[in-house]
Amino acid sequence: MKYKAMTALAALAVSAPMLFAGGADDDTLTIDGQEMISKTAAPAHMEETGIDTIMSGWHFREDDTQAMQMDTFDNPGMIAVDQAMDAWNTVEGTAEKSCASCHEGPESMKGVRAVYPKWNAEAGEMRTLAMQINDCRENRMGAEPYAYDKAQMTAMEALISVQSRGMPVNVAIDGPAAEYYEKGKEIYYTRYGQLELSCANCHEENYGNYIRADHLSQGQINGFPTYRLKNAGLVQTHNRFRGCIRDTRAETFSVGSPEFVALELYVASRGNGLSVEGPSVRQ
Amino acid sequence: MKLTGISAAIVLCASAAIANPVTPGEVTYDEYGAVATSLSGAPGDPENGAAIMVNRGKGNCVACHAVTALNDAPFHGEVGPTLDGIGGYRTEEELRGIIANAKMMFEGTIMPAFYKTSGFIRPGDGYTGKAAKEEDLTPILSAQEIEDVVAFLMTLQDS
Ligand code: HEC
Ligand code: HEC
Repeated sequence: MKYKAMTALAALAVSAPMLFAGGADDDTLTIDGQEMISKTAAPAHMEETGIDTIMSGWHFREDDTQAMQMDTFDNPGMIAVDQAMDAWNTVEGTAEKSCASCHEGPESMKGVRAVYPKWNAEAGEMRTLAMQINDCRENRMGAEPYAYDKAQMTAMEALISVQSRGMPVNVAIDGPAAEYYEKGKEIYYTRYGQLELSCANCHEENYGNYIRADHLSQGQINGFPTYRLKNAGLVQTHNRFRGCIRDTRAETFSVGSPEFVALELYVASRGNGLSVEGPSVRQ
Repeated sequence: MKLTGISAAIVLCASAAIANPVTPGEVTYDEYGAVATSLSGAPGDPENGAAIMVNRGKGNCVACHAVTALNDAPFHGEVGPTLDGIGGYRTEEELRGIIANAKMMFEGTIMPAFYKTSGFIRPGDGYTGKAAKEEDLTPILSAQEIEDVVAFLMTLQDS
């Protein structure tokens, strides 16, 4: 039978590399010698998930990808940080101001990345870092907003993230944030699309397992924006969310949508305690 | 009974040479989630079944399951159990039911349903990320493709 011949051939063929590494590795993440909190006890609100240790996505990557993130000179995402440095000082818009006009140097942004998304009481809205950047551009500079997930925005996010590098993520989920947290959580556990998969199916129940060639992480966002070697560019949080939902054969939400803002707050809160690592490097 | 109605119809079709596939909405699962009769009315082709299992746009079963007989296709996942020897301990009827809609046998399982076209939340148009209308959805695998995969799995007799 023809079929038998085929299996015999398959048995002869050198078996495909099966990695089966299983779980996160035990390496230590330092960036330019500074140790990051890349594994730590899960925050109290995660008790119901059964996850007791939260881990950076860095632990699930190959050694060479990991190494690129450990040294700023090897990190291709740092080029965008330099570009954003120029943008920081560039006067734009009708108010004839740059970021520097109001904030001085980017060091003034220390601590900012760690607490976003953050409730803005004045505007009465939950703001992601991207929304805040655009709010400054439109309302303080009189400049055009950046496209939500395009290069200028991810570069500016990267510049601001670097200022908080090493600081633990600490987004608030109480008070006015509670309703966003709940909405984000509902999205996280909803099984979307024709494949009927939720974020939790992959990143809570199966982190550490391989799904085809991909080593599933906990889907943490403490390293965003991430430089993806595959895309040769920085990837923004909402972009990643969109890709993951698309892969379930579902209709995605759009970047900057209220759904993704809520989901970002919820996912960020699952990383409360991990160091800000952005821009991190991923395959 | 619905089941006899369907199998009677299959017998009729089969005698008319070209069998009508059972549509996704008409599949009858028994209380364990098994499906008694061929979805296409025709026997499966194990060789094509093997190809479907490694094809990313089709079954992509090896994304989650390791199968030694398919080792020449790279990267098998570890989300589901290995399928080595599955034909030795599962019946054809059980395998058909598991592939058509594994949730009938394993409540809440992560394994997608390959022969289902309704009841989804925000179904998309393939992998475009755009919306699809429910009436336009086709199952991920056709009736015959499922029979082909079942036929392949039945060849996996020893682990
Ligand atoms: C079918 C499986 C699957 C589903 C469902 C899924 N993801 Fe992912 N996700 C992946 C894979 C594979 C990767 C790349 C490897 C990794 O980092 O885990 C990834 C990566 C990520 C990352 C990047 C992590 C890093 O360290 O760079 C984030 C964040 C993420 N996913 C969030 C989500 C969210 C939120 C959802 C639900 C809206 C979701 N994912 C649904 C498979 C999935
Ligand atoms: C996203 C992951 C995923 C994909 C894709 C997937 N499966 Fe599964 N499968 C599972 C899991 C997990 C189980 C275990 C059932 C449970 O949830 O307890 C399973 C169970 C099974 C079983 C029963 C095993 C036993 O020991 O009884 C068979 C047979 C099977 N799968 C075949 C397939 C085939 C064939 C395909 C592709 C057409 C496929 N699976 C695709 C995850 C998957």
